[in-house]
Amino acid sequence: MAKPKVPGLFKGLGVTFGTLMRTATEGSNTIQYPHEKETPPIRARGVIALHEGNCTSCMLCARSCPDWCIYIEGHKELAPPRRAGGAPRKVNKLDRFDIDYALCMYCGICVEVCPFDALFWSPEYEYSEPRIADLLHDMTKLGEWMETVPEAPELEAGADKKGKK
Amino acid sequence: MTMLGDRQQLAYIAAQAADARVNVELETEGMTLNIGPQHPATHGTLRIIARLDGEQVVWAEPSAGYMHRGYEKLTEVRTYPQVTALVNRIDWLGSFANEVPFILAAEKLMGVEAPARAQHIRTILFELSRIANVSLFLGDLGVQLGAVTPVFFAFRDREYVLNLIEAATGGRFHPNFDRIGGLKDDLPAGFIDETRMVMKKLRTFCDQIEDLLFGNEIFQSRTRGIGVIPKDVALQYGLSGANLRASGVDWDLRRDQELPMAWNKADWKVWTHPDGDSFARCWVRLQEVRESTKIVDQLLDTIPSGPVMAKVPKIIKVPEGEAWVSTENPLGEMGYYVVSQGDQGPFRVKIRSASFNNISIVPWLLKGVYVPDIITILASLYFILGDIDR
Amino acid sequence: MSSALIAADLAYWAQSLLRVLGGLVAVLLPAGTVVYLFLFKMMSFMQSRLGPMEAGPYGSMQLFAEVGKWLQKEDIVPANAQPEARIFKMAPLIVLASTFLLVVVVPFGPDAWFTDFEVGIFYALAVSSVSVLGILIAGWSSANKYSLLGGLRAAGQLIAYELPMVLAVVGVVIQAGTMNLQQIVVAQNAGSMFGWNGVGNPYILTQFVAFIIFMISVQAELTQTPFDMPIAESELVSGYMTEYSGFRFLIFFIGEFATAGVFAMIASVLFLGGWGVPFAWFGWTDMDSIDNWMNVVGPLILFTKMIVLVFFIMWVRFSFPRFREDQLQRFAWKILIPVSLVNIMVTAVLKVAF
Repeated sequence: MAKPKVPGLFKGLGVTFGTLMRTATEGSNTIQYPHEKETPPIRARGVIALHEGNCTSCMLCARSCPDWCIYIEGHKELAPPRRAGGAPRKVNKLDRFDIDYALCMYCGICVEVCPFDALFWSPEYEYSEPRIADLLHDMTKLGEWMETVPEAPELEAGADKKGKK
Repeated sequence: MTMLGDRQQLAYIAAQAADARVNVELETEGMTLNIGPQHPATHGTLRIIARLDGEQVVWAEPSAGYMHRGYEKLTEVRTYPQVTALVNRIDWLGSFANEVPFILAAEKLMGVEAPARAQHIRTILFELSRIANVSLFLGDLGVQLGAVTPVFFAFRDREYVLNLIEAATGGRFHPNFDRIGGLKDDLPAGFIDETRMVMKKLRTFCDQIEDLLFGNEIFQSRTRGIGVIPKDVALQYGLSGANLRASGVDWDLRRDQELPMAWNKADWKVWTHPDGDSFARCWVRLQEVRESTKIVDQLLDTIPSGPVMAKVPKIIKVPEGEAWVSTENPLGEMGYYVVSQGDQGPFRVKIRSASFNNISIVPWLLKGVYVPDIITILASLYFILGDIDR
Repeated sequence: MSSALIAADLAYWAQSLLRVLGGLVAVLLPAGTVVYLFLFKMMSFMQSRLGPMEAGPYGSMQLFAEVGKWLQKEDIVPANAQPEARIFKMAPLIVLASTFLLVVVVPFGPDAWFTDFEVGIFYALAVSSVSVLGILIAGWSSANKYSLLGGLRAAGQLIAYELPMVLAVVGVVIQAGTMNLQQIVVAQNAGSMFGWNGVGNPYILTQFVAFIIFMISVQAELTQTPFDMPIAESELVSGYMTEYSGFRFLIFFIGEFATAGVFAMIASVLFLGGWGVPFAWFGWTDMDSIDNWMNVVGPLILFTKMIVLVFFIMWVRFSFPRFREDQLQRFAWKILIPVSLVNIMVTAVLKVAF
């Protein structure tokens, strides 16, 4: 290299001073969190939302959870038959659907195995609690998260679009 | 060959032991220093028991296991998708890279191969996790040696990579994105353009670190000639990854192995360094980050179109058999030996993680060094506690 | 600032009170400014972040919040330090005391000084080593191996760097012909360089080598990176400060940054012309012809010069990794001391020649 050799010590000083000037003129790379917020990506696994109507309490999610943080209780109910004169149907009714976020490790297996589209990921993340027991979200709370569930993102060019939701 | 290594080591001790000999004549008393389990230099809970004579280490031994989580046992009672979620946590800085060899081993047993697009995206995410991991190493290196600024640069620029990983997979640290037979989902729109921009930023980060740390005379005097691992000793202790390449062994599983991944579709270089000292180890890692950005850039241009998932049943049962797959993870060679008996979960999984072997050289390496050099050597060996204790 | 002239007609107790208050201001104000300006803000900006922003506008009240936090904390004494707990508790005070002793000789203006020593700089260099005692005591009495290593390293380092510092100052003393700091200021601002007195004769120009050596030694005396091996937080976990908590840690902390401020003041007195701007600009020739308003403007000028010097100290601190213990000893004994000896010889020869 033809450039005169600058001692590494001065180069280092230059880097820090350059960053100092850049931060002063262009602003920092950090965000003042409670005042301004970053929007997480659409796919971000923030919290699990439950669409209660779709759940049949089949227990697949509870069984596939690696740390067993989903608690489901249900009972069978007789619903009026679809066609007149038919036998009454047996319907699984959900009594309890709790997710313990103190245990959850956000792997997303439950959302994936759910065959009836009852569980969704929402990128919402602000649900910390002063008491660890409050991290056990019950059915109504999980249902409230449904409002925050976004549409699935567009896929990158070249993706095989059919067969995906 | 061993003789050479021992001779070098002895010469190294002798060179540093001038004042220690005086101490021996004066019959001073040694001191046992417990570095860890809670110590900033061990980034985690590694304990190093060092017997000191003055500031010189007479004898040192790493004592691992303070964070043992029993993954090998856990895998026996979990199904394959659950194991994928668990092994994410082994090397928590480069999580995606932990999933790949396990999934590849399971795919090998099942006889399926991921579609070309999935292989490509896997490789991209693998290299992104390598960049996230090693760039944090470059910053942490500064902290260990007393420079406070590099670590903030590292966290700043790693954030871009983590955002990319999160945008694609949904998880910042633990993607759990790999599935047997492909990937969970395709890339979201805009991922390619954003990745290109981030790769540029990462290259700037590498230049900054090079100016701030590697070119610094103090840094060089702290690392050059410290903790020299000769080639044959490195091989005997089973080092892998950058630690081995820094000792002059041209060995990289990404290049040397035929795997259903896309590394061979890109043009890149395996960096080695002849010295084998701490500086060489750090320098090789810096070059690796640069190479990884190049790999990612090239692969982004050539992502084939098509599905990201092969035809696999919804409930996965892996046929009976045994398979061993290892890949070149950010820390070194990471491999899974999966034994299946046809169930939904593996019968037994042996995890070969890089850091455990890499720190096995610590007793040999720390003999005769000064206390500050313990930190230099540990930092340059670069281990992740989760990778040691599993 | 108290001074002989300002306070001459006051009662003795009032004079003393004035001196104590002045001393507190002179120690705490630089410390606070240095911590906020450099440790909080400059460091953050160099790392592309903003630093504390919540307490007060731009986080300017953060310091008070921190002090409040430290005051609330429990004063922990390690069990093994119990038999000599008194010594353990005393150590931070010794360190801070040396800072107060140092600030006594710094002249802030033509009449604004605490004491006017004939051997001011000699005294300053002597009392600055008192902090070594405090650090050694802290390291030893903590009954902690890391603290012990840190304390011993600190003692070795501070003593090693005391020498080049003294030798660097000798050059200035030869050139000024006096050890009185006030006279050194006057000599710089009223002097001339080879017959040209446009900017006076700040010794940074004629004694540049000594200035560099002095600043490096100050960096080492303050145990700032790259010479922070004694407190090396990544290996010795803050060395001799490890076992201190609450108020005692705060005292160490104040001591560290107040000493940084005071040393920067001494450096600006020795090399940058102290509280004065070149006297030729105002037609002053000696002490007697200086206007009284310099007693107010002088401290501000000195403060500005101090901030500039501390900026360099902190800039280096945030950019460099640290030396190893043996390397920094070698640097002191094999490079700094010979160079400063040569500097003294050259200065002496030139002084005689001109």
